[in-house]
Amino acid sequence: MNLQMTEEQALIVQMVRRFVREEIVPLELSLDPDTDQLPPEDAERLRDMVREMGLYGLGIPPEYGGPELSMVTMALIAIEMSQHRAGLYAPCYGVFGGAGLAQLFEADDRQKEKYLYPTLRGEKRGFFGLTEPSGGSDPARAIQTRAVRDGDDWVINGGKIFISGADRADYGLVFARTSPDKGRGGVTCFIVDTDTPGFHVRRVVHTLRSAHYATELQFEDMRVPHANVLGEVNKGFAIANDRLSRQRIPYSAGCIGVAIKAHEMAVEYSQVRETFGAPLSSRQAIQWMLVDNEIDIQQARWATLEAADLADRGEPFRKQAAMAKLIASEGASRVVDRAMQIHGGYGVTKDFPFERWYREMRIRRIGEGPSEVQRHIIARDILGSGLRNP
Amino acid sequence: MAVELTKPWLALNQDAISDLPGQLGVFEIADEAERVRYIGFAGAGSLFGLRSELGHWSGPGRLFRFEVTTAYRTRHRELLMAYHRRHGCYPVDNPDSETAGLGRLS
Repeated sequence: MNLQMTEEQALIVQMVRRFVREEIVPLELSLDPDTDQLPPEDAERLRDMVREMGLYGLGIPPEYGGPELSMVTMALIAIEMSQHRAGLYAPCYGVFGGAGLAQLFEADDRQKEKYLYPTLRGEKRGFFGLTEPSGGSDPARAIQTRAVRDGDDWVINGGKIFISGADRADYGLVFARTSPDKGRGGVTCFIVDTDTPGFHVRRVVHTLRSAHYATELQFEDMRVPHANVLGEVNKGFAIANDRLSRQRIPYSAGCIGVAIKAHEMAVEYSQVRETFGAPLSSRQAIQWMLVDNEIDIQQARWATLEAADLADRGEPFRKQAAMAKLIASEGASRVVDRAMQIHGGYGVTKDFPFERWYREMRIRRIGEGPSEVQRHIIARDILGSGLRNP
Repeated sequence: MAVELTKPWLALNQDAISDLPGQLGVFEIADEAERVRYIGFAGAGSLFGLRSELGHWSGPGRLFRFEVTTAYRTRHRELLMAYHRRHGCYPVDNPDSETAGLGRLS
C-alpha cells in the first residue's frame, strides 16, 4: 500500500477542502444549527459547482454517469466533505449527489428502467428496508417479515423499523423471509412501490439526530409482483451483506472528517483561551488530550484507507472494513468528547458544532453494525471455523 | 410520545407568552374553534426560543399549545405529517416552503 496520495488525489482533496471551507461553512453560519437541508436556491447553485468540478454523483459507477474514482479517492473525499457542522450525516448537504441504492445496479433491465435510472436522475427516491423490531445486526435470523408466493405475486406481511426516508420514498428494497427454515438462505429482496395497498408508514421514530428521523413500517397483505424480486429468490442476504461491508468505508471516513475538524478547533482554541494567566495549550492535561486526538485520527485514517485500498485491488476487505468502522467511530467519539471538554461551557452550546457532533457520533457506534458486531466479524476472521455462535 | 399534540389550548396573549420558557420546541396555533392554523417550531436560532417565536406571531389565531423538545425539527415535521394524515392538507398558515418535500404517514 502506497501511503502517499497521487497527484490527482491531492488535487481533488484540495478542491473539495476549498469547497467546504469557502462555500459550505460560511453558508452554514446562517442556518439553523440542527438542519440538514440548504435553501433550494443555494443547493442548486452548489450542485452546479460540484458538476463543474466533475465530482457529481459520487459512488455512481462510471458506466452510469458517475465520476471514475477509486474507493481510496472516495474515502479521501468523504473525509473532506464531512468537515462542517452537518457533515456527519449530511456531508455538504448532499450537493455531491449520490448513488442511491447501490443494489439496484444489479437489477434486471426492466427494474433498472423503472427504478434505477429515475433515481439517478433525481426523479425517484428509494429506501433500504432491512432492520426489524427483532433486530438489525443479525438479519439472517432476525427477519420475520414473511413473503408467500401466490401466483405471479408475493404477499408480504410484517414490519420494519429504523428505516430512513420511507415516508418520502417512491419505492424501497424490502427484505423478507421466503423460506422459513433456511436461515440466511431463506431471505429475498423485493422492490416495493410505496403506493402499494398494504404499505404503511406507521410512525416517525425520533433519535439523537435532531435533523433526521427514522420510520416504522407495517406491511399488511401487501402484494408485490414476482417481477419485483431483486436478484434471485432466497439470495437476498448476499445483497444486504455486500452493502453492509462496502458501506463501512465511507461511514468511517465521515467520522474521521468530523474528528479532524473538532481537533483543529480544539488546537486553535487551546492556544487563545487563557486560564490562570497562561493559554490552555501550555497545560499538560490539555496537551495530552490533543495528542490522544491526533493518535485516534491517524489510526482511523490509516485503517480506513487500508480497507479502501484492499477493496480497490479486489482483495477481501471485510475484516479491514470492520476494523476501520470500529476504530473510526470509537476514536472520533473520543476526539469530539475531548474537543468539547477543551471548549468548556461553550462546547456544550449550540453556538458551536460539538454538541451536534457529540449526539450524532454516538449513533455511529451503533449504525452500520455496532462495535460489538465489528469485533465479532474480526474475531470470526481470526478464529475462522473455530468460532462457534453460542 | 403521542404523535399529535394533545395538550390543552391556552389563550394566545401577551401574558401567556411572557410566561413561556425560552426553550426549544414546537407549537400549534389555532382559531377559536380549536382548528389548527399553523404548526411551527422554536429552533436554536431563536433568541428566546418559544417565547420569541410565539411573541413574533402576527397572523390570525387565538389559541396555542406547545411542547418543549430539542428534537424540534423532526417533531415539527412529524406534527405536519400527522396533520396531513388526518385532514388531507396542511394548516392554512403554513407556507408551501415549510411543507414541501414532507413525507407521508398512513
